[in-house]
Amino acid sequence: MAAVRTTGEVLRHRLAVVSLVVILFVMLAPILWITATAFKPRNLATTVPPTVFFTPEVSPFVKLMVKRSQLREKPTEEQLAAAPWWERLVLEGGEKVVRSGKGAVQPSGYPSRFLNSLIVATVSTVLAVSMGTITAYGFSRFKVKGEDDWLFFILSTRMLPPVVVAIPMFLMYRAVGLNDTHLGLIILYTAFNLSFSVWLMKGFIDEIPKEYEDAALVDGYTRMQAFFKIVLPEAATGIAATAVFCFITAWNEYAFALIMTNKRAQTAPPFIPSQIGSGLPDWTVIAAGTVLFLLPVAIFTFLLRNHLLRGMSFGAIRK
Amino acid sequence: MAEIELRGISKSFGTVPALRDINLTIADGQFFVLLGETGAGKTTTLRLIAGLDRPTEGRILIDGQDVTDWGAADRDTALVLQQYSLYPRYTVRQNLEFPLKSPMRRVPPDQIAERIARVSKTLRIGHLLDRKTDRLSGGEMQRVSIGRAIVRTPKVFLMDEPLSALDAKLRESLRAELKDLQMTLGETFLFVTHDQVEAMSMGDRIGVLNKGTLVQVGTPQEIYSNPVNTFVARAVGSPAMNLLPGRIEGGRAQLGPGLALDHAGGAEGRALIFGIRPEDVELATGAPLPATVTDVENHGVEKIVTLMAGPHRLRATVPVTVRVAAQDQVRIGWQPARVTLFDEATGRSLRRA
Ligand SMILES: Nc1ncnc2c1ncn2[C@@H]1O[C@H](COP(=O)(O)OP(=O)(O)OP(=O)(O)O)[C@@H](O)[C@H]1O
Ligand SMILES: [Mg+2]
Repeated sequence: MAAVRTTGEVLRHRLAVVSLVVILFVMLAPILWITATAFKPRNLATTVPPTVFFTPEVSPFVKLMVKRSQLREKPTEEQLAAAPWWERLVLEGGEKVVRSGKGAVQPSGYPSRFLNSLIVATVSTVLAVSMGTITAYGFSRFKVKGEDDWLFFILSTRMLPPVVVAIPMFLMYRAVGLNDTHLGLIILYTAFNLSFSVWLMKGFIDEIPKEYEDAALVDGYTRMQAFFKIVLPEAATGIAATAVFCFITAWNEYAFALIMTNKRAQTAPPFIPSQIGSGLPDWTVIAAGTVLFLLPVAIFTFLLRNHLLRGMSFGAIRK
Repeated sequence: MAEIELRGISKSFGTVPALRDINLTIADGQFFVLLGETGAGKTTTLRLIAGLDRPTEGRILIDGQDVTDWGAADRDTALVLQQYSLYPRYTVRQNLEFPLKSPMRRVPPDQIAERIARVSKTLRIGHLLDRKTDRLSGGEMQRVSIGRAIVRTPKVFLMDEPLSALDAKLRESLRAELKDLQMTLGETFLFVTHDQVEAMSMGDRIGVLNKGTLVQVGTPQEIYSNPVNTFVARAVGSPAMNLLPGRIEGGRAQLGPGLALDHAGGAEGRALIFGIRPEDVELATGAPLPATVTDVENHGVEKIVTLMAGPHRLRATVPVTVRVAAQDQVRIGWQPARVTLFDEATGRSLRRA
């Protein structure tokens, strides 16, 4: 119908495209910058004005993963020839890879922090979402005495700013030996996300007609079976949306992780900035660590994107 | 095959009573229709029998066995709901399979296939089997819902207004199909509706529910010709029974000054309501009551004539051959035997009292 456009319309359309591109660029600029830095040679990382064109390198990522120490003198030709490709990258940067007595490569602090983050965020998300779903189902389907008060109570656990409870929590954790443990962080993040998960899931489950379960009950299924066979698949969208929110919260959490952990169970958020303090920072390595840290949330969200779009459009967070 | 018995069933939601002291027996193989307005407690009754809710008081028996404390899964009833009977995520076939695949039944796969084939033939839904149920029309959906109930050969079929969402024509054809189906299966059906035409045309017996109380149970004929009170009189029949306030004086029905009709006498002097079905109102030149025609509706085989007799508005159905037009002055009468008398204060029929 609108095959023929007036010049005004064409102009407006072009303007819209241009402004979208500008907005997109402004939004993505920090990510572009950090990603570019992660692939730069060290000497180009902090130039003023910034270097835009360069030959990308993977050496920052190699350096990120292994423990290194400064070399006193330039590496010899034999050293370079004997080393595998990744070790050569470190040597060329004027550092050597630290090995144990038996010759095994020592990893840097980053891989274990990253793994800790993955464990803590994944386990606490699974726990918060599953407990939240069951709790929400109970509130949605059964008469609970003082239902509104309970729901308010559950929400109220989120009203205290984390900073306020951080110190008492730290003291309690120290007393029971949960300091710097995975379990400690998992409990903390699960508790933190649970109220959110209950509220969000209640909205989604309320939308599922309870006649579906009634029909299943009459057809010879128990309530449990009806829950797993009918309610869960119907709630998949809501579960996905809730899981993404919980995962992001747990993955990005900084304050508690900083106070509660220092080594064994330390997650990536407090670790990454801690590197800056030690000596002359290698910005390319820090950028590489940051870029890797961005990936899991991006991948997780991307995998669930179909559910998310539908999940955001109904239920508790309907706009 | 089963007989259902409700003994003194009451159900309250919090302080709100939904059902009050219901006593009812539905014989094996009967097509029983529960008729009631919205909020009368029809769905509540079905849910109690299906075992989805527990009665506040009273016992429920199926085949003489007290099932009041049994869960829904153990009662072996099939329920067709007002809506949301089908799972949108499943295909028609998966929906039909669902009751057969329940862990407490475990029907072998070859039998499942056979039963589904038979049901889809009966209900003519074979071509829909691999479609998702949210892509079906209303009529197809209700057919599949009914199919889901009958694949299982349960003891009792409970149907909650399964036809209410359909258009008139489809409704009529499905009504006949359902009735046929019940005859073929020979099972006990409890069918709930707010549509009196549906109730009258389908039911072997009808129970009329008013605000949680079962006011009358009987065959369609009994309910039609001998309603226990003015509520039932108004609820069945289209157009509804004419209800005219008046009293009996000197052996005649007095409907107002100068408005007297023949009557056999009895119940002298108290305030009454005279109930007369539209087809029993006679238009004749020698009849005792003068009336003005205000409206004539032509329905093909008959005409529905609206009349004003003094302050009373009433309706009469007459054959189309009767020549009558709006604003005509006519005279009307009745056979006293066709009149049902109700007490004005209580609304109860005097024949019953
Ligand atoms: N779960 C419930 N909680 C509170 N009140 C309820 C509940 N279910 C039903 N009621 C009330 O009980 C009464 C009977 O409801 P019911 O659903 O049985 O009516 P119905 O005859 O099926 O009506 P309709 O024709 O509209 O389906 C109504 O007043 C209703 O508000
Ligand atoms: Mg109902």
